[in-house]
Amino acid sequence: MLQHLKEIDHGTPKRGSQVEVTLEIDGQVVTVPEGTSLMRAAANVAIQVPRLCATDSLEPFGSCRLCLVEIEGRKGFPASCTTPVEHGMKVHTQTPTLQELRKGVMELYISDHPLDCLTCSANGNCELQDMAGVVGLREVRYGFDGANHLTSRKDESNPYFSYDPSKCIVCNRCVRACEETQGTFALTISGRGFDSRVSPGQDEPFMESECVSCGACVNACPTATLQDKRVIWLGQGEHSVITTCAYCGVGCGLRAEMKGNEVVRMVPWKDGQANEGHACVKGRFAWGYATHPDRVLKPMIRAKITDPWKEVGWDEAIQHAASEFRRIQAGHGRDSIGGITSSRCTNEETYLVQKLVRAAFGNNNVDTCARVCHSPTGYGLKQTLGASAGTQSFKSIEQADVIMLIGANPTDGHPVFASRLKRRLRQGAKLIIVDPRRIDLVRSPHVQAEHHLALKPGTNVAMVNALAHVIVTEGLVKEGFVAERCDARSFREWRDFVAQPSNSPEAMQSVTGVPATEVRAAARLYAMAGNGAICYGLGVTEHSQGSTMVIGIANLAMATGHIGRDGVGVNPLRGQNNVQGACDMGSFPHELPGYRHVSDAATRATFEAAWGVTLNPEPGLRIPNMFDAAQSGSFKGLYCEGEDIVQSEPNTQHVTASLMAMECVVVQDLFLNETAKYAHVFLPGSSFLEKDGTFTNAERRISRVRKVMPPKAGLADWEVTVKLANALGYPMHYSHPEQIMAEIAALTPTFAGVSYARLDTLGSIQWPCNANAPEGTPTMHVDHFVRGKGRFMITQYVATDEKVTRRFPLLLTTGRILSQYNVGAQTRRTENQQWCSEDRLEIHPHDAEERGISEGDWVGIQSRAGETALRAAVTDRMQPGVVYTTFHFPESGANVVTTDNSDWATNCPEYKVTAVQVLRVMQPSAWQQEYSRVNHIQHELLDAATEAAAAAEK
Amino acid sequence: MSTTVYLPRDSAALAVGADLVARRLSDDAAARGLDITLVRNGSRGLFWLEPLLEVVTSAGRVAYGPITVDDVPRLLDAGALHGGEHPLRQGPTEQIPYLAKQERLTFARMGITDPLSIADYEAHDGHAGLRRALGIASSAVVEEITQSGLRGRGGAAFPAGIKWKTVRDTPAAQKYVVCNADEGDSGTYSDRMVMEGDPFMLIEGMTIAALAVGATQGYIYIRCEYPHAVATMREAVRRAEAAGVLGADILGSGRAFHLHIRKAAGSYVCGEETAMLESLEGKRGIVRAKPPLPAVAGLFGCPTVINNVITLASVPIILARGAAFYRDHGVGRSHGTLPIQLAGNIRRGGLVEKAFGITLRELLMDFGGGTASGRPIKAVQVGGPLGAYVPESQWDIPLDYDAYAAVGAVVGHGGIVVHDDTADLATLARYAMEFCALESCGKCTPCRIGSTRGVEVIDRIIGNQSRTHQITLLRDLCNTMLHGSLCAMGGMTPYPVLSALDHYPEDFGLAAPDAGATPR
Repeated sequence: MLQHLKEIDHGTPKRGSQVEVTLEIDGQVVTVPEGTSLMRAAANVAIQVPRLCATDSLEPFGSCRLCLVEIEGRKGFPASCTTPVEHGMKVHTQTPTLQELRKGVMELYISDHPLDCLTCSANGNCELQDMAGVVGLREVRYGFDGANHLTSRKDESNPYFSYDPSKCIVCNRCVRACEETQGTFALTISGRGFDSRVSPGQDEPFMESECVSCGACVNACPTATLQDKRVIWLGQGEHSVITTCAYCGVGCGLRAEMKGNEVVRMVPWKDGQANEGHACVKGRFAWGYATHPDRVLKPMIRAKITDPWKEVGWDEAIQHAASEFRRIQAGHGRDSIGGITSSRCTNEETYLVQKLVRAAFGNNNVDTCARVCHSPTGYGLKQTLGASAGTQSFKSIEQADVIMLIGANPTDGHPVFASRLKRRLRQGAKLIIVDPRRIDLVRSPHVQAEHHLALKPGTNVAMVNALAHVIVTEGLVKEGFVAERCDARSFREWRDFVAQPSNSPEAMQSVTGVPATEVRAAARLYAMAGNGAICYGLGVTEHSQGSTMVIGIANLAMATGHIGRDGVGVNPLRGQNNVQGACDMGSFPHELPGYRHVSDAATRATFEAAWGVTLNPEPGLRIPNMFDAAQSGSFKGLYCEGEDIVQSEPNTQHVTASLMAMECVVVQDLFLNETAKYAHVFLPGSSFLEKDGTFTNAERRISRVRKVMPPKAGLADWEVTVKLANALGYPMHYSHPEQIMAEIAALTPTFAGVSYARLDTLGSIQWPCNANAPEGTPTMHVDHFVRGKGRFMITQYVATDEKVTRRFPLLLTTGRILSQYNVGAQTRRTENQQWCSEDRLEIHPHDAEERGISEGDWVGIQSRAGETALRAAVTDRMQPGVVYTTFHFPESGANVVTTDNSDWATNCPEYKVTAVQVLRVMQPSAWQQEYSRVNHIQHELLDAATEAAAAAEK
Repeated sequence: MSTTVYLPRDSAALAVGADLVARRLSDDAAARGLDITLVRNGSRGLFWLEPLLEVVTSAGRVAYGPITVDDVPRLLDAGALHGGEHPLRQGPTEQIPYLAKQERLTFARMGITDPLSIADYEAHDGHAGLRRALGIASSAVVEEITQSGLRGRGGAAFPAGIKWKTVRDTPAAQKYVVCNADEGDSGTYSDRMVMEGDPFMLIEGMTIAALAVGATQGYIYIRCEYPHAVATMREAVRRAEAAGVLGADILGSGRAFHLHIRKAAGSYVCGEETAMLESLEGKRGIVRAKPPLPAVAGLFGCPTVINNVITLASVPIILARGAAFYRDHGVGRSHGTLPIQLAGNIRRGGLVEKAFGITLRELLMDFGGGTASGRPIKAVQVGGPLGAYVPESQWDIPLDYDAYAAVGAVVGHGGIVVHDDTADLATLARYAMEFCALESCGKCTPCRIGSTRGVEVIDRIIGNQSRTHQITLLRDLCNTMLHGSLCAMGGMTPYPVLSALDHYPEDFGLAAPDAGATPR
């Protein structure tokens, strides 16, 4: 019954070698790569050598002494985990002598272990129990009166898992997982000899230590020592389902261990190619929001946003929305309504929303929240390389020699990728960080950046030009690559441009604030690397020159030849789980699925034939255009699925005013989010646990999302969209998302080879996947760029309009932290609150002192857009003149302060640069007071709906 | 004319008041207008005579000892500065039988020179080995060591030449030479004597090793309870660098070797070579699994020669006098000499350097003179706290790695601790387990849990609680520890336990000797 919990474990990691070694184990001939352990070689022929301290995600350690074997012609009993194969060896894994030795070791283990197997939380999933069975231990002759740890106190401080030292067998797997898998080095063994026990920090409770609660230790623990609290509460799951995490763009494969329709726990899927058996505090633990009582599970409607909500049936709600949309279109024209989809939706859902808008609404007014994060990536990489996507697999970082990290904070935003990155850095790769803040990777245990180019916010393009200047003027261009692979004229023009003295590090020093020598050294390091990789995040895109910077990055990679193979490339770290997929699915107003412009008649014809409608050749409205149109009276109806535009879009007050100007706002979400407070129809959404579909992560990897429980509100999101389309008179006939994917594949050349069956077989697929690449494409642009010749583009630095003034002397930049996620709708409804329960304003001690601000003080943050108040965190990880906050809590109003400046090409908002003043305050800002009032009223209006429904039932 | 007198600075002499004697001697000599030059030399290793005062006379150095502060005026009265008669006069030092009967190769300069005088060192054949090594190919240096038959003196007795060859043949940008000076065995002090009494010899030996294998960095990991050794080595390294025999340009050869002194972490197991590497890297001192061998991936993952102090200190004379000279000492496959350290309940404790092949009986009786208590010797633990108790029936076996191994005993680091007939071997067996429990790094299960259980089981045996069963259990436990432990800490703890049980069964409440259960 519990077999589903057990994954195949080869005991020690795989070794790659061209040289093969043949040996004999228990009479079987085995051939394995040189460097393979005896244990793994044995596992390859289904011979399991007993073990406790070995597991194939960790380097062998050799401590448990159960895996001893005999080798003919050798003295003693070498441990099979630490002994590499040698040609011609004859190995015996089971002999009477070994049996006695193993039994002796097990007898010692059990002499200091509680005999409570039947009531133990690991019962049925305990390696110690398994080994006691395997070695045939029948008696513990030492008795149980001797020294022991049976009364050791449990550490229950972590909300998700407990640490019970009485069950610890000191295998060090947790300590090693913290080091090797996660790279945090929070755990150690304290004491020595018999007193040895796992210790977070220096004998601290887990929650007070440096532990980041990634769960790698829990995963590695062979006993109940480190155990998920939910397993303690609920018992082991009886079946499990592989699915994909719904948080960041890493897209970890997870295994949901289930009891019926209840998730017992999530564990990282060992064969998940994006994460290879690792996860983070969000993906592994913070999914409890799915069953949070705040979930709104009944469709609701209301005439005005000041009216109480009224619970209605699905059909009534859908009919109401459809008739409102048709009424608005009748009165204000076909273009007066639109839809917004989200990077948190599945590919299938997003595809349906854009199809609904284009086919049923009859316009192209569809956009996605990728607008506000990575739209410049799509634009910049398409223009230069020919494909709106990152070029590599995450795994590629294992081959990188120099990594340039620009405007990304992976230890917080993309923790599982950060762990891989740190592992590579510990192996000796060099790191260049371009970021205004001293992020953790600048210096953390066993990781130190070679260069931290701590530039002023908004000067990315100046920096990339300075880097390019060094490469071009110091003869570091990979001439052969450029000549063969890139467009010659564009290269010449670019080279002449960046070579201008005005782009030199010395000239740009006053702009970026980074010493020219440091810039020069960094440029040389990247250019001269065997393999140089660039990873970047929203610190690149969310600027007025976001697209320019993406282009600048592509220019650098092409000029140095760092593209088109393992270990190099341009790697956008996507913020949300399905940013890539949302863009792929044609959710932008100008593009049909597969990044094909709506003005292209041939593409349109394909879709028109399939969809049976005529498509508008004109691009529709982008999100900010919708707002502007709403305020001018020409845009009146919105279908918004899965994005909380009020909290996440910049200039909140502009957004809310726009929504209030609309006549029908339909929100489809799990919770009464900020946008729903301005909505007329609320359609309950379904979490990733309640539906089938696919997500596409930052490495173009399409992974299956699998339904592990029925939709709590009765319908999955895709079913709601189908119903809405039908109600609008545009019939959709899908009975399963698999059919939607089949349609996507049929209409989108890069997805031609994708199907649920193929996904089941391959685990996941990186697009393009078609006849040329039937198993997908891990690395893009290998022999030639997708667009043919790589195109260099001029990247003139233009300072943002958002400049510091006497009135607004500081620059505010925003980001996220590890325990919370974006608008916090999910993570705020989990125990992750214990790590962070409010947004804080980070400010340099100098700026704080000048303003009389101390740690924890309430400070007002004022920009030309608005004002809010937060508590201050005084920290020298900030540079003087720059302040920082997150936007996880709606009441913080971070986006009340941000402006509607945006990227010149894509309108991606300039979240990362806002001129502000920060002063001590005694009370919340006027906006916050108003927010509090509206929030209170809206919750009363929601409560009214439930109360009315309850009364009606009576 | 000034009279040169020697009084050791060695910790063993200091422990019995050498500094006080030295001060009194200087003061009294000054008061009497006697012109003396006091040299604080290393110890001759005749510990029962410490503090041992030596006076340079026309007939050579004359020894007086053991002297106390109060003896000083009477010695001066007796004309000791001219070799005058006195009850403490031991005659010419070199003729003291204990010393005269030794074969001092490694300890040839010990107690003779001023430890921190390079001039003195060179005047007594110092740097002859290094000069020769600089003149020949590195492969020839390795070959010389291989041919000498030198085996690791730390206890494992691994052929040094083979280890060096492995390091030499492993390509790497950086290689290291690490000297294991975490001398923690009970009753041992030869490493300490070298570091305090002849530090340039160790530096020379390490430099030769570095030249041989292509290492440019070296570390000496010195037991933290050896403050004088740490201070002396630090000063010696400083002086060697200043004199150009160490550092960026060794004796003008253009070849570099930089040597660093590290104070150990205070754990017995850090004397295990891989735990020592962990400790040197700043980590918890726990044992690493092998392979990889440190010779291939040692300190900071680089190829590393790890040798004990005596091994490295034996290198200069091998290079200076040739492999054959060294090889011709000893018996069987145990070539050269071993500095044996007599300790415990023994009348004449001290250092005896002899070629392999000497018997325990000769050492205990001829050198040691029996017990200090005057009672019969009952048991002798050879090779440190993890060595077997050797009963009298085995005292005539020649001291030889292989002959000892054949009877389940170990030569180890050459430490010999003597117990008289009041010793209870069951208590000593319990102590062996207790020591293991105290010092176990805790990495591997047999050692971590087994040592604690061992104490408990022996307690039950002593307390006669189901004694027969418990003895079976103790033997099974020893079997698990012996064959299952990751390193010698847990793997050798059964040696003293089983030897005690086998040779002294009556101490465990057993009637007859329990035959046939020595370690396999």
